Amino acid sequence: MGAQTIEEKKGKTATKHISGSDALLQSLITEGASTIFGYPGGAIMPLYDKLMDYTKELKHILTRHEQGAIHAAQGYARVTGEPGVCFATSGPGATNLITGIADAYMDSTPLICITGQVFSHLLGTDGFQETDVVGVTMPVTKWNYQITKAEEIPEAIAKAYYIACSGRPGPVVIDITKDAMINTFDYSYEKCTYIRSYIPEPKVKNPQIEAAAKLINEAKKPLIVMGQGVILGNAEEEFLEFINKSGIPVASTLLGLSAIPNDHPQFTGTVGMHGNAGPNIKTNECDLLIGIGMRFDDRVTGVVSKYATQAKKIHFEIDKAEINKIIQVDAPVLGNVKETLAQIIDFVQPDQYPEWLAEFAACDKVEYDRVVKDDLKPTEGKIAMGEVLDQLNEISNGNAIVSTDVGQHQMIAMRYYNFKRTRTWVTSGGLGTMGFGLPAAMGAQFGCPDKKVVSISGDGGFQMTMQELGTIAYNRLPVKMIVLNNNYLGMVRQWQELFFDERYSNTPISSPDFVALAASYKIKGETVTSREELSGAMERMYNSDEAYILEIKVAAKGNVFPMVPAGASVSDVIYGDEHK
Amino acid sequence: MNQEFTLTIFSENSIGLLNRITIIFTRRKLNIESLTVSESALKGVFKFTIVVNCDEHMAKNLTKQIEKQIDVIRAFYLRADEILHQEIAMYKIETKSLLETNLIEGIIRRYNARILELTQDYTVIEKTGHKAETQELFEQLKPYGVLQFVRSGRVSITRLRKEHLSSYLENLEKGHRNPVMD
Repeated sequence: MGAQTIEEKKGKTATKHISGSDALLQSLITEGASTIFGYPGGAIMPLYDKLMDYTKELKHILTRHEQGAIHAAQGYARVTGEPGVCFATSGPGATNLITGIADAYMDSTPLICITGQVFSHLLGTDGFQETDVVGVTMPVTKWNYQITKAEEIPEAIAKAYYIACSGRPGPVVIDITKDAMINTFDYSYEKCTYIRSYIPEPKVKNPQIEAAAKLINEAKKPLIVMGQGVILGNAEEEFLEFINKSGIPVASTLLGLSAIPNDHPQFTGTVGMHGNAGPNIKTNECDLLIGIGMRFDDRVTGVVSKYATQAKKIHFEIDKAEINKIIQVDAPVLGNVKETLAQIIDFVQPDQYPEWLAEFAACDKVEYDRVVKDDLKPTEGKIAMGEVLDQLNEISNGNAIVSTDVGQHQMIAMRYYNFKRTRTWVTSGGLGTMGFGLPAAMGAQFGCPDKKVVSISGDGGFQMTMQELGTIAYNRLPVKMIVLNNNYLGMVRQWQELFFDERYSNTPISSPDFVALAASYKIKGETVTSREELSGAMERMYNSDEAYILEIKVAAKGNVFPMVPAGASVSDVIYGDEHK
Repeated sequence: MNQEFTLTIFSENSIGLLNRITIIFTRRKLNIESLTVSESALKGVFKFTIVVNCDEHMAKNLTKQIEKQIDVIRAFYLRADEILHQEIAMYKIETKSLLETNLIEGIIRRYNARILELTQDYTVIEKTGHKAETQELFEQLKPYGVLQFVRSGRVSITRLRKEHLSSYLENLEKGHRNPVMD
């Protein structure tokens, strides 16, 4: 090897004459990609052809549907912190990605989606499998771009990575015409580190830090609401240091979970519609509310006009557009929480709030007596979803990566899983995408091959993407699958019971024999119908070295409580026993 | 309370950006009253001028969501008293009907309009002003038979001495790659 050229020292690779497909794959490799989830088709064939020349560097996972590919890429990104990469062909291939792209956009997940496109001379002619992918994905991407010339590839991919991963992360779509894949050009690659019109991380302003610290030091009853920003900013350590010094009670949003261990003495549970009573009630009693890397989603705030109106508010946030979007705050702190939290620590007085924390504990006691006890340790009737989580805690000791679908089982998992380590929680938050759980678990398992990954689904959501059993079987992925089967679309049924006069319109749902279905893919499993069988079955599943499915027949009409009904104030918590 | 806001947006010249910006309005079911896009005084920087009726909270959020778009350099929202603005209108009238009256001179004078082209067939009158003014002239000319009437979107200029963007870009150029955003 000779000496590096000046260009190479600047991070630029040497120039070589190659095809667009080669260039695209080499660009991905340079950016550190190793796993791609995807599905081939006509317009993306040149790229798939060249994939065969890079099997050492790039592992391509053929899913059974493009939706499976993108949710897998999301699961991969969520547990590794690296962007998920997926390929799809033009037209239907690309449109099948949309749900996952929208989901990733809502939940700030970095994704690089490469979609094939018809030849550039066919653009706009309604060619076979032509869809305006850039147009269709515009509202749900952080950035998107159509490549029609091979020469554009390196810069577009470099920008895609920079944009997807920096600042508030998000999905990026690169649509590439077939001729741009085929044509050759002089390729060299340079990573993108700057775009004039894009400020990923606003510069931290000292006065904002000081103003926030002043409010914190003056507060008598402060409450922190921690969001996924702590995880996305890799700021778990800074966050812990901040809460340990300030002594402030911490609640989490749905997506903030796992950023700190649940057994932290200041952890009070989750906020929101099915969160814990304590943090929801205390939101409307605290004198200072500190949102950290969260966005005051309506499932968190309940009715905004009654949300923490008594409290001063601080908002630590990287995305300027989130400040004052929903909740007007007294002290915004713009910047990456890794930086802002590190800076504020010096300004915060050490403190403790034993009496204030005791108020949360009192709420916990009420919640335990009215809800939790019967959720986790029922003695009669059919199996409750909570019991399954209780068993999972016992056997996994908080060491599993838990992926969920959307609905009652998701809320139960949120409520009862004992998180211990960061990035062990993969769930669809903002978009609430049924069908997310199984493929996301699959992606998480590819991202963390040495960890136990447990997918928890309902009977409805599992049926939306269960074709991915094929991918799991083919790749011998040891994903553990729990299907909580109540023969209903449970969360919708719960709303029908509570708010639609028990008119169960289209929520009873039949299912195949899930264990037999899995068996047809040579995946082991068992059906659990009684309480006595549960712990043994959970053990066999968890300790298996292979994929394993547990179909657990749970109570048909179980409900998730406590609940803040839609349109109510967060402190108007109902426990479900009001009319008993 | 709803009022008229003029949003000025400075951006790179990239394909599809107009679409990215307009869907921010569509998604909130807001109508764009007027839209003008053209290259700004700064080479390569494009300026959008968008007029919208909404409340201030919405105007603020719209501006932030627009500025969040990767290819947008900066976006501002301005109340009517913070800007000077103009629109241009053109009216095509049958020359014959104009000549039949002697009102034309008065109209041209009163509305500070001018004749752009005059043929045996038709006459094109041009007027710049606010929408209400160009509309008023249209009403005045109506009795003479307006063959065609067109009006541009708004262009605006701030009452500040310099454009908001100039100093921002100067800072960027100076190597302050991470300027403090307000």
